[in-house]
This record gives sequence, C-alpha cells and structure tokens, in this order.
Amino acid sequence: MDLVLQLLFTGIGIGAVYALVALGFVLIFRATNVVNFAQGEFSMVAAYLMVVFSVDLGWPYWLSFLIALGGMALLGVIFNLGVYYPLRHRTFLPVIIATIGASILLSNSVLAIYGPQPQVLQGWFDTPGIQLGPVYLDSQYLLIIAVTIALVFFNYWFFEKTLLGKKLQATSQDKEMASLLGISVSTMIMITFIYSAVLGGLAGLLVAPVLFVSIQMGSTIALKAFAATIIGGFGDVAGAIIGGLALGVIETFGAAYISVPYKDGFAFLVLVAFLIFRPQGIFGERVAEKA
Amino acid sequence: MSAPSDNMPIPAPAVRSKPLLVRHSPYFIGAAILVALAAGLRLDGYVLNILLQATTFSIAVFGLSVVLGLCGQINLAQAAFFGLGAYAVGLGTTDLHLSFWLCLVGGCVIALVAGAFLGMSTLRLGGHYLAMVTISFQQIVTLVMINAIWLTHGPDGVSNIRRPELFQTSQSYLAFCVAMLAIVGYLVWHLSDTKLGRAMRAVRDNELAAGVNGIDVFRTKIYAFALCALLGGLAGGLFAGGFAYVSPDQFSFAESIVFLTMSLLGGVASPIGSAIGTGLLILIPEWLRFLKSVPGLYLAIYGLFVILIIRFMPDGIWGFVSDAFNRWRAHTKAPPVAAPLQLRPATVGGEFVLEVTGLSKHFGGLKAVDGVDIAVKRGGVHALIGPNGSGKTTTLNVLSGLYEATSGKIVLDGTDITHMPPHQRTAAGLGRTFQNIRLFRSMTALENVELGAERPGNTMIGKGDDALTERAMEALTFVGLGNRANELISSFSYGHQRLIEIARALAANPTLLLLDEPAAGLNSTEKLELHELLKRIAAQGLTILIIDHDMTLVSEAAQHITVLNFGRRIADGESMAVLRHPDVVSAYLGSE
Repeated sequence: MDLVLQLLFTGIGIGAVYALVALGFVLIFRATNVVNFAQGEFSMVAAYLMVVFSVDLGWPYWLSFLIALGGMALLGVIFNLGVYYPLRHRTFLPVIIATIGASILLSNSVLAIYGPQPQVLQGWFDTPGIQLGPVYLDSQYLLIIAVTIALVFFNYWFFEKTLLGKKLQATSQDKEMASLLGISVSTMIMITFIYSAVLGGLAGLLVAPVLFVSIQMGSTIALKAFAATIIGGFGDVAGAIIGGLALGVIETFGAAYISVPYKDGFAFLVLVAFLIFRPQGIFGERVAEKA
Repeated sequence: MSAPSDNMPIPAPAVRSKPLLVRHSPYFIGAAILVALAAGLRLDGYVLNILLQATTFSIAVFGLSVVLGLCGQINLAQAAFFGLGAYAVGLGTTDLHLSFWLCLVGGCVIALVAGAFLGMSTLRLGGHYLAMVTISFQQIVTLVMINAIWLTHGPDGVSNIRRPELFQTSQSYLAFCVAMLAIVGYLVWHLSDTKLGRAMRAVRDNELAAGVNGIDVFRTKIYAFALCALLGGLAGGLFAGGFAYVSPDQFSFAESIVFLTMSLLGGVASPIGSAIGTGLLILIPEWLRFLKSVPGLYLAIYGLFVILIIRFMPDGIWGFVSDAFNRWRAHTKAPPVAAPLQLRPATVGGEFVLEVTGLSKHFGGLKAVDGVDIAVKRGGVHALIGPNGSGKTTTLNVLSGLYEATSGKIVLDGTDITHMPPHQRTAAGLGRTFQNIRLFRSMTALENVELGAERPGNTMIGKGDDALTERAMEALTFVGLGNRANELISSFSYGHQRLIEIARALAANPTLLLLDEPAAGLNSTEKLELHELLKRIAAQGLTILIIDHDMTLVSEAAQHITVLNFGRRIADGESMAVLRHPDVVSAYLGSE
C-alpha cells in the first residue's frame, strides 16, 4: 500500500510535466489547427539554457530560470516566423512536416553544440523532500504539481476573463471573423506561439532536475504529451491535463510492476488502445468535416 | 508512340491500346542495361557500398512516395519497417539458419502486417494522429531492438548475415538489387495510373469527394500504408543481405527522417523523384564527410533542409521539372474525340427512385432535420427548397452518407441505404455534387471524371482503362468541356469547375443525381447554360434531386417540389401549386 501511494505521487508529478507540454500542444493546435511536433524540443532547449547559465556560468538559479524562459519566448517568435508563418496558407501536411524538420534541427543543433553527454541540473530547493507518513514527497515533484495547478487556474483566468484571452479564443475559432473585428490575427498567433514555447520551456525546466538533461528528453516528453492530448480528447484543455496525469500514473505503475526498460512503451500501448476503442478521447473531439 | 496517319478521327485511347509492356519497353531496356553495368563494371568496395546503400534506400523511399506522395498520408516510421525486414533477414539467416529468400519474404510479410495494423488503428482519424503514432511505433521498435537481447542481440547488432547462394559476390548482389529496384520502381510508377492509384490520389486531394465518388477512403489509406511498410521491409531485407551486419542505430527515428528528407527533396509524388532524392542525400554527405565529425551537425542540416524544401520547393526537384513538362503537354496534346454520352439509369425498384421516410438528424439538442418524408419520382426533376437553415444541405448530407441519420429510412431504387457509408451508396447508384466545389485539385479534368466513371457497379463502361477514358471524355464533352480535358482543375473558372463536378457524377451513370445548389456563384449566362444542361440530363431519363435558392431555376426545371422549414416538411407537391402554398409564401416572405 505504501508503495502504491509512493508511485501515485511520483506518477502525478511526472504526469504534471506531460500535462504542461500537452497544454502547449493544445494551445497551438486550437490557434492554428497545426500540431507542433517541435513542442518537446522547447522543453529540451530551455533545460540546456538553464544548464548554460546556472551550471556553466554559475549565475543564480532564479535568474537563470528567468533568462531561460525569456529565451523560450524569443524561440517562440523565431519559430513562428521561420516555420509556421510562411506556410500558414498551406494544408496541414506541409506544416507538420516543417515542424518535424524544426524539431530535428533544434535537437541536433544542441547536440552539435553541447555533445551527447547528459547534463545534471540541481532542483530548485536545497531540501530534497519531506517524509509524510509512509510517502516520501520529493520537493521537485511538489513544485511541479504546484506550478501545474497554478497554471491551470491562470489559463482559466487568462482565456475566460481577460480581453486578450478572448481575442485569442476568437482567433482560434474563426480567423476571418476575428480579423474583420479588428483583431490582428498574426499578432494573436504570435502570442500563442510565445506562450506555448514558454509553457514547454517551463515544463522542461521543472522536469530537468528529475530526469537528466539530454538531447532525447524533448522527443520523449513530446511523445507522452501528445499521447496525453489524444487520451484526454484532442484540442481540449481539461483533457490535456487529465490525460497527462493519467499517463504519468500508468507509466510509473507499469515501470514498477511490469518492466523498466519498456517504460516508454506504455504510453504507446495506451495510445493505441484509445485510438481503437475511444478515438475521441475522454472529453471528445469533433472529427467531422463540414460538407 | 504511333501517330494516327489517316484523317479518320481516332479516339485518343487507340494510342494507349498497345500492350503496356511494349509501350514501356524503353524503361525495361534501360533497366537491363543498368543491371548489366552493375554486374559487369569493375567497382571498388567503396563505390559498391554506396551504390548498394542508394539502391536499397531508394526502394524504402519508394514506399514513402506511395503513402505520402500518392495518398497524402504521413509515415515517420519507415526506418522501423526497414528494420523489421533487415532483422528478419539478419536473424533468420544466422540464428535460425533459414534460406535468404524465405527470410526476405518473411520480413516483407511482418512489415506489411505491422503497417496494416498501425494503419487500421489510426487512419480513420486526422493526419496528426498518424504522424504521432508512427513516431511512437518507431520508438517502440527501437526499444525492442535494443532491449530484447535474447531475440535481437541488443545494441551489438547481428553480424555475418548471409546472402543467397546465387548472388554470393558483392557485385552480383548489387546487380540483383538494381534489378529489384527497377521492378519495384516500375510498379510504383505505374501504380498511379491504376484504379487503386487513382483512388489514392483522390483521397489525398479531397477525402469527402473521394467517398461520395465510390472510393472506400479508409481501405485505400490502409492499402497505401501497408504497401509503404511492405516496400520498407523489402528494402531492409536487401540492405541486411548487402552489408551482412545490422544494428539498432541504423533503424532509428533519425533514419526515418533521412528517408523523409530524401523523399521530399526528390519529389514526393514520383518514384523518379524518390530515386533522385535518395541518390543526392547519400552522395552529398559522402562529399561533406567532415560534417559527420561533429555529432548531430549533419542531421541538423537535414532538419533545416526539410523546412527549406517545404517552404520553397514543395514538389521537390522532380516535381518542379515534371510540372513544367505537364503544363507544356496540356496545351499541345490534341483533344480526343468522343461519342455522345449515354445515361441509362438502373430501374430496379418501382415508381419512386428515392423514398425517404421519417428522416431525422439531430445535433445534440438541435433538430436540423426532423421527421422528413420525400418521395422522388423516377425520371423527373425534384427540387428541395427552403429558407436558410431549413435543413436542406443537412438532408443532402444524410442522403449521401456524410452524416449518419438519427432515425428514419432511406431507400434508393429498392435498396435500403440508410446505414451504408458514402462509397457504398455511390456503388448503389447515388451521384452528387457539392455546394462548395470539391474536385481533386492536383488532377486534370479528365482524371477527375475518370474517377467518377470508375464507380463500382457502373454498367456503362467496358473493361480496361481505355473504356474508362472514353466514358470520361463523353461526360466532359456532354457538359461542353471535352476540348480542355487535359488541363489541371486550377485553370478552369468557377462555373466550369461546377460543370466538371457534374460531369464527374454523370460519368458514373448514377440512378439518382443529387445537385447541391448548382447555381450558387454562377452568373446569369452560366445559369442559363446550367438550365439547358439539366434539361438535357433529364431528357435521358436520369432522375435529379436539386437543392437551390434560385426560384427561377427551380420553378422552371422541377416538376415536383418539397419545401423544408426548421427541419420539417411544410409543403410537397406539383411545382406551381407548392410555390403558391400559403405556408411556403410565409416561410419565404414572412406572414402578415
């Protein structure tokens, strides 16, 4: 029983990371109808920026953290201008191929600069964790869960209560109408890319101390996050969160009770099971095209 | 190519009717020369290895030209399928001591089954699912190759892989691979002109229109995907035999991306492009070997290449060349002459071609169509009218199977089609056009109409491609566009595109023709032409169900009118009487 509780905590912690990246997926998908296959690389790049500033240059942790997030905002801008914007009038296939190209470009550029050796990054807190009854609560996991909860509320407030959020929603639902109302669609899409790059970066920064900082961390996280969005129901914000948490828990239990080397395979099995039996996910996606 | 010498108008198909193998003989002669060169020339080991790699990779990239180029579906796991074939040959010939041929076939079958299964689980959904699922599959295959040491020897890989007795020397094995490449290349090249190939292109251009033209979209996609996987497996098996050693890193996600880049660079739509792209991307890194000294650098450049190609050269090198050639050909080729179009609608059922009873379609709480009855008399023009939002187009979409009916029954010429998917309804004799035109944009007018003519159950075409072309030409000539048959859809005006859509439906010789607002967006001359066309269609006894806002057109063309409002039928009967019906007047003009 103790082990179960312990695994549940770890699973939710890791699931929260998937949820954050999944949220970035969903935001871009809703704004542009494009799945950004480089979303995971945002996490990886942010983690490496953190290593550069905090470990290599020895700058304060919080400052490096902010610089890394700022770098992600910049990357979001570059990504939008270089990858999405020139292709915005094309069908989705060229765009996703371009984002795949961007993902390869990002991960291998970092590899070329930094080499294949995984890097170690310290957690935010000095205390490694606290013992609560039978369960050991790792401080970094606690931080991840807290940030995820805070972001869920922030998202709700931002998209439902602020004018900017409503403009973003309007853009994602009907670009032509939004532009007729005087909303600058390209600005809104730019903001979406920046926000989702920052979200992806945040997830990377939070999870980096738990995993190693490696070239592969981006694609691994992106794969899980995408599986999470399908499980939750494609394009649904709540679905992305629930799906991410569920996947984290399933994976942690799978690794503990079934097989460690194949840990990364469970996400795929769950994904295929969902695709076969409930392709619209837990919360459902509208799949039909209008005739 | 023979040219007709006398002054008799010889229809174009006559040129085509020479046996295919004779017409394509230059290809086979060229291929035979290449095989002989591969076998005969003295090549040093380095060149031999590069050629062997280029040959086997090309076959794998051919697979992508089928799935991505022809069918428009993405596959990011081609290296995994390649690996399945390679490991089948590797483990089969070493650990299991089986014959090379058996292992090669076995590897192909394994790849095929894996591809088909993956496709079946995903292809009903949008392309982004497929992209992610294939990446996941790729990761799983890599995980198994590395971790299942008892089976795959783990990261060490499999060495001492054997070749068939017949091709023991590297040189003879290369010749064998070149021969395989030539055969597979021929089949893939020819595929786009077969029924399956046309169906794939239709699915790529417009899935909805493909469905209502009698194509089983889901099955077509699975065929394309499985075929791609099969070619990957074959290529992998040949690769393993050629290099005698395989290891997991040769079949990683990065390699899938390399395959994709090769395919995009050369031109995804054609095997020639695939071969060009593969050759270039194998040679360029050889010339730029220094790039490989920094890990990641050359893959980073590949990634950049992908973005740049997609942005600036979406059809690849070969696409760029062949596009220019096609433009030139479309204007020079003499239009083939066609006989008048014959429409012989089937007559199985009774007086009514279409009987709809109690049809409902609810979207959540909204009753878009609510208990509607429609009976369409054989041989007449029946109009379905109503104000905006009255449920007309929803009714049409339920009739053609794009929406599932919530309740009610649809009987077409004696056959209950209520629960059939769109392509089966088309096979049963339903033809339709769309309000917002849905043509296959990368094809010529003729190819679009050929797809329509290919409807399963079309009794008006004989056997073979020639009959198909003939029928399509008749239909295009019937709508007055026969002389522009070989032009691409994009070069036609809006009104002409609408006519091509009608021709596409007519070529299928439907039992009932559904026209969804055919007059929308047409100018007054075009409307008159449309009216004439409808008369000529009706004169051949084809029953038409038409939806339109244009009251002049409707009242002149239709003998019978059904009026919908708020999803319910408010009037039904002979045209003039219905148009004077007080409920109809108030629905359109408002009541006092």
